[in-house]
Amino acid sequence: MSVRQSLLAAAIVSIVAFAISPASAQTLRYANQGELKSLDPYTLKETTTIAHHAHVYEGLVTRDKDLKIVPALAESWETLEPTRWRFHLRKNVKFHNGNPFTADDVIFSADRIRAKGSNFLTNVPADAKFVKIDDYTVDVKLDSPNPILISQWDGWYIMNKKWCEENNAVAPTPASATTPSYASLHENGTGPFMIESHQPGVKTVFKANPNWWRKPEHNLKEIIFTSIGSDATRVAALLSGEVDVVEPVPIQDIQRVNASGTGTVMTGPEIRTIFLGMDQVRDELLYSNVKGKNPFKDIRVREAFYKAIDVELIKSRVMRGLSTPSALMVAPQLYVLSKDFARPKFDPDGAKKLLTEAGYPDGFEVTMDCPNDRYVNDAAICQAVVGMLARIGVKINLLAQPKAQYFAKVLKPGGYQTSFYMLGWTPASSDSHNVLNDILGCRDDPKSSRGEANLGGYCNKKLDEVADKVLQEADTAKRDLLIKEAFEIAAKDFGYIPLHQQALAWGVSKKVKLTQRADNQVLLYWATKQEE
Amino acid sequence: MLAFTLRRAIQAIGVMIAVGVIAFSMFRFAGDPVNQIVSMDTSAAERAAIRQSLGLDDPVLVQLGRYFANAAQFKFGVSYQFRLPVADLLKERMPATLELAICATILAMVFGILMGVYSALHRDSLLAKILQAISLIGISLPTFLIGILLIYLFSVTLGWLPSFGRGEVVRIGWWTTGLLTISGLKALILPSITLGLFQMTLIMRLVRAEMLEVLRTDYIRFARARGLTTRAIHFGHALKNTLVPVITVAGMQFGLVIAFAIITETVFQWPGMGLLFVQAVQNVDIPIMAAYLLMVSLIFVTINLVVDILYTVVDPRLRSTISRPV
Repeated sequence: MSVRQSLLAAAIVSIVAFAISPASAQTLRYANQGELKSLDPYTLKETTTIAHHAHVYEGLVTRDKDLKIVPALAESWETLEPTRWRFHLRKNVKFHNGNPFTADDVIFSADRIRAKGSNFLTNVPADAKFVKIDDYTVDVKLDSPNPILISQWDGWYIMNKKWCEENNAVAPTPASATTPSYASLHENGTGPFMIESHQPGVKTVFKANPNWWRKPEHNLKEIIFTSIGSDATRVAALLSGEVDVVEPVPIQDIQRVNASGTGTVMTGPEIRTIFLGMDQVRDELLYSNVKGKNPFKDIRVREAFYKAIDVELIKSRVMRGLSTPSALMVAPQLYVLSKDFARPKFDPDGAKKLLTEAGYPDGFEVTMDCPNDRYVNDAAICQAVVGMLARIGVKINLLAQPKAQYFAKVLKPGGYQTSFYMLGWTPASSDSHNVLNDILGCRDDPKSSRGEANLGGYCNKKLDEVADKVLQEADTAKRDLLIKEAFEIAAKDFGYIPLHQQALAWGVSKKVKLTQRADNQVLLYWATKQEE
Repeated sequence: MLAFTLRRAIQAIGVMIAVGVIAFSMFRFAGDPVNQIVSMDTSAAERAAIRQSLGLDDPVLVQLGRYFANAAQFKFGVSYQFRLPVADLLKERMPATLELAICATILAMVFGILMGVYSALHRDSLLAKILQAISLIGISLPTFLIGILLIYLFSVTLGWLPSFGRGEVVRIGWWTTGLLTISGLKALILPSITLGLFQMTLIMRLVRAEMLEVLRTDYIRFARARGLTTRAIHFGHALKNTLVPVITVAGMQFGLVIAFAIITETVFQWPGMGLLFVQAVQNVDIPIMAAYLLMVSLIFVTINLVVDILYTVVDPRLRSTISRPV
């Protein structure tokens, strides 16, 4: 073989080798409308922030692509007795600074997440006592049985005790702090990525963790995250190829992105349920022309409102097909028996008749509170509701405000100042009990936190009793039937008007493959990117 | 002169206090900051504890007093959203805003004066008419629309310039600059044009009007009679005399450029103080809002003060009126 031939052969071999070698590590650029404000995983309980932290920190358990709970830092667990759980921790896991992960870190994190300044107090029940059995075994003792103990633990990230102590970050930074916290600017997790640089609210660079205990599914060496608040700019950045993944894409831009050739929009139902609520507590509504009585205390009025609203029209016109009309106050992904429920038929004539029976043949006037920067097309949905209710003679004065003012008015600290409102709810525990307790529960007991997000104060004691049984029931099939009983009570009372689950819309470059999870957490450790 | 300066300084402090009171009273309508700090399912008791610790339940006058006491010592507290000192956040963001504002102003001055002179000297030419039309667009179109149009043209369609951010920045001490990297310079172009367009058209129209005015005066006529070259008359005499009011306006506009950078920064996701402020308003982050508003009013008041003092230095005729108490 001549020199020339062997060179040629070498060249061919190297080309072939290059072609068949696995895609080399890539840089992925990601833009979200929200910012990463703090790296401390216990200061802000908000989907985008929790998802960011998931790249760096890990919990004892995590949720897989279908939101099922699977082991993470805990290899396995068992319930020794209904009030005693045992967790077996994964061995040979190291934090990013090289410290080993042990039971001490779990006990420390359990204290820290329940300390003052934490925004995640409800993730780990206050009555849970953590006991170290050995370096890799932890027992959790409870006062009463709790079958959904670990349902919120995917958002409880384990921090390193030694690192926190060395850096004066033992407690989460409260909002009223006067000194910055080390943990809000630095991280030390066990997760798939490490933070290389972090400019709060501007840009964060994640670098792949070469020592991760799990085999990565991604092929990234780096994630560059930037926040882009303006919708038009975020879409433009995707179309011009400056970023690979954006969340969210406004629904009016979806077609344009899909037609562009550079990206596609991944859509899917989100687990947040959008619904309408009515003040059923006050004897006279705060904002209505009906004096001396509260029309919403009359079930016929609530039923009339329900039947006057055409969710299919909202879906096709306002949401451009991107919503799933819902009969339940919880998303179908979170409750197996949800298919047993159906919405009462849209029936404006029947609604009009019901109003007449209730004594309002000419309808009445009421103010509706609505956010205009919180949910997908929120103000437009309210606008549509106004038009639909006008057809049965009800005149709605719409008060659509930015979320800062809206929530200040309608939530408990503002005194539930609303007569008719729109709200969205994602159960933090991914479990129906959260909805039964927070949204559908009576709020008449000032000592209990039940019903604190029940802004209209819908109340049925029977439902509360069933909800309490749901909390105690460990058998899944029986528990699902109890949940069904509770939701049936609420549906029969027309306590709320569920509208739909809105759709997720992620803009993804053609070069990137990604898994979309229904809780809207953008998790890039499942992303692969083609070579550039 | 000293008395005049002192009087002006005291007036400036009065303005600052007024701005402070107005800003403070507006915070009450911005919404409840606690809602933005905690998640939806946070219990009412926990919310109450946070309100308490932030001092939001104290009487209004106590809160106002505390606000001024802290502001006087340049203590702006810790941002609710970031849990970082506001002073640090502003310091981190300031270079971005100042670089953008200075670039936009230089752009506006250079092109504004050139275009103004041209359209004054060649009033009836086609190009002058086109420039007039462009200036009308610059004055009447809102900034965010211009920004989005530029993004769609130069980033999405042509792919020449970045649509957002500052590109790569170089850190010199605490200052970060985008002027030393290619991507940083490229990133600066569209936001500078967007931000400077209004000032540019303003300066152009001002230069044009002033220039036409000056060209009609006697000394220009005499200069022509003396047989000076057109070039010397236009640039040596006419333009020089035009520039005095132009520089005054441009100086005053610099404060506006910094303040109006809010919109440009939002459109281009420019990581400056304006963007920080907009996000703070959305999240009811009162410490940032308070510090930003006071800072912007300080910039305005300082520029005004300097301009007032400079006037008397530049124009001796003003001095005699000042020395007599009015």
